[in-house]
Amino acid sequence: MAWVRYLAVLPFVGLLGGVFFFNRVTPLVFGMPLLLAWIVLWILLTAVIMTVIYRCDPENADPAPDLGARRTRP
Amino acid sequence: MNAALLIIALTALAALLLGLRARRGKDMDLEQWSVGGRGFGTILVFVLMAGEIYTTFTFLGGSGYAYGHGGPAFYILAYGCLAYTISYWLLPPIWRYAKQHRLISQPDFFARKYDSPALGVVVALVGIVALIPYLVLQLKGLGIIVATASYGSIGSTPAIWIGAAVVTAYVMVSGVHGSAWTAVVKDTLILAVVLFLGIYLPLQEYGSYGAMFTAIEAAKPGFLALRPTGESIAWFDSTVLLTALGFYCWPHTFGSLYTAKDARAFRRNAALLPLYQLILLFVFFVGFAAILKVPGLSGPDIDLALLRLSLQHFDPWFIGVIGAAGVLTALVPGSMILMASATLLANNIYRAFSPDAPDRAVTTVARGLVPVVALVAVWFTLEGGTTIVALLLMGYAFVTQLLPTLVASLLPHNPVTREGAFAGIGVGVATVAATTLTHTSFATLFPTWPEGVRDLNIGIIALVLNLVALAVVSALTRRPATVPAE
Repeated sequence: MAWVRYLAVLPFVGLLGGVFFFNRVTPLVFGMPLLLAWIVLWILLTAVIMTVIYRCDPENADPAPDLGARRTRP
Repeated sequence: MNAALLIIALTALAALLLGLRARRGKDMDLEQWSVGGRGFGTILVFVLMAGEIYTTFTFLGGSGYAYGHGGPAFYILAYGCLAYTISYWLLPPIWRYAKQHRLISQPDFFARKYDSPALGVVVALVGIVALIPYLVLQLKGLGIIVATASYGSIGSTPAIWIGAAVVTAYVMVSGVHGSAWTAVVKDTLILAVVLFLGIYLPLQEYGSYGAMFTAIEAAKPGFLALRPTGESIAWFDSTVLLTALGFYCWPHTFGSLYTAKDARAFRRNAALLPLYQLILLFVFFVGFAAILKVPGLSGPDIDLALLRLSLQHFDPWFIGVIGAAGVLTALVPGSMILMASATLLANNIYRAFSPDAPDRAVTTVARGLVPVVALVAVWFTLEGGTTIVALLLMGYAFVTQLLPTLVASLLPHNPVTREGAFAGIGVGVATVAATTLTHTSFATLFPTWPEGVRDLNIGIIALVLNLVALAVVSALTRRPATVPAE
């Protein structure tokens, strides 16, 4: 599941690229200007994406806290 | 004494007592004082890291920016989100290395990675120059909040003195433990106050968010989006990216990331902090609600939008609660900045010049420097006119110049040499200073180029020159196995 980490590129694409298409006030979405609604959407998606990455990352699977000293360099 | 002032005073007193109490049961050596003995769990690390983000800038500046600039204010939401995404991979290796080598401060990290205490001194100086204006900003905000929320019964000058005295006391006694426990109180209070204001004020004034934004769009078409020129899309993207990159380069951010007990705290927070950031949305709503209801604020006065609108709506006791939340947003980050500054001076400058000093002496020097740094900051707050504004603009750009050297040092085989690190940071910082002091921008450099170029954030130039210097000097000074690969 190593590919999952590349999902982290999406917030950059969505926020930096999306403004080219959604830099408008109307139509209001949930009462918010379109640009603001787009950014809020991406904040929510970023939280989801980072949660998925966290769940799939084997580094977080170990129930014991990962102590720095235990980690050896490759 | 009115009800508002009473509540603000009690909150400041409570923060002081809580901060002083936080040291109980701890033997305060430098590691305990600066980085909490690296024993903080996810929640304390969360509030410390979030606590640094939710400063008076958020409270007054965020609503003020929404009020005065409209749509461009959304960049604040966007850069935080991207910074948290980066943090998932950036922070764990920094933390791990710091723990292995028992590092206390940000310059320690650079000094150790590049095996050069002199580089530590340079990084410490960059940090101090960036931190002092940041502390001044907190004190200025504190003065405004107390003077306004106490209905003028206490002026901003005495408020600044009292606020500085409170943080000095608990930072000297409890170090980061004091900041952590006051941060918990602060975040709870600010969350409640901001959610309430951001929902109550727009609905009370307009009936719904939709009605509010429709009214603003009718009065000022296009105000809620990015501009065709100036604060345009090019400005937005370049500023968001630069700010996200500089986000974790602050010395006090390193201090709070060292406090963590395990690296997982950062990865967990990377998913939680974007949501927590949505508090800012409600700060913006307050600023937007003020546009048509408190018209006419301009220049630095836009920062008063939240307080002015609140004064129209609430009884003094609730103004006191808002003021108290505002005071805490100044005190908590102020304490982190104060501690980071004192640690840099003692641990990386004093120690560099007296390498034989025992740890206990360094701890004493660090604590002794706390009131000195606080006094300097108060002096700048009260006396510094336009100089400090220029320094403030530079601060963020300064610390961002540390990023290339930092990221290179995390690579398995660091391609950057010690000399390359000096050159990159030096060229970057010099470029920032030159462009800020001469008010250079892409528009003044390339007046005939298209709009998309002219609106770019000038910080990009410094970062590019930094990278060029870093690469060229590293290539010229590469010797086989000079800097240890690790």
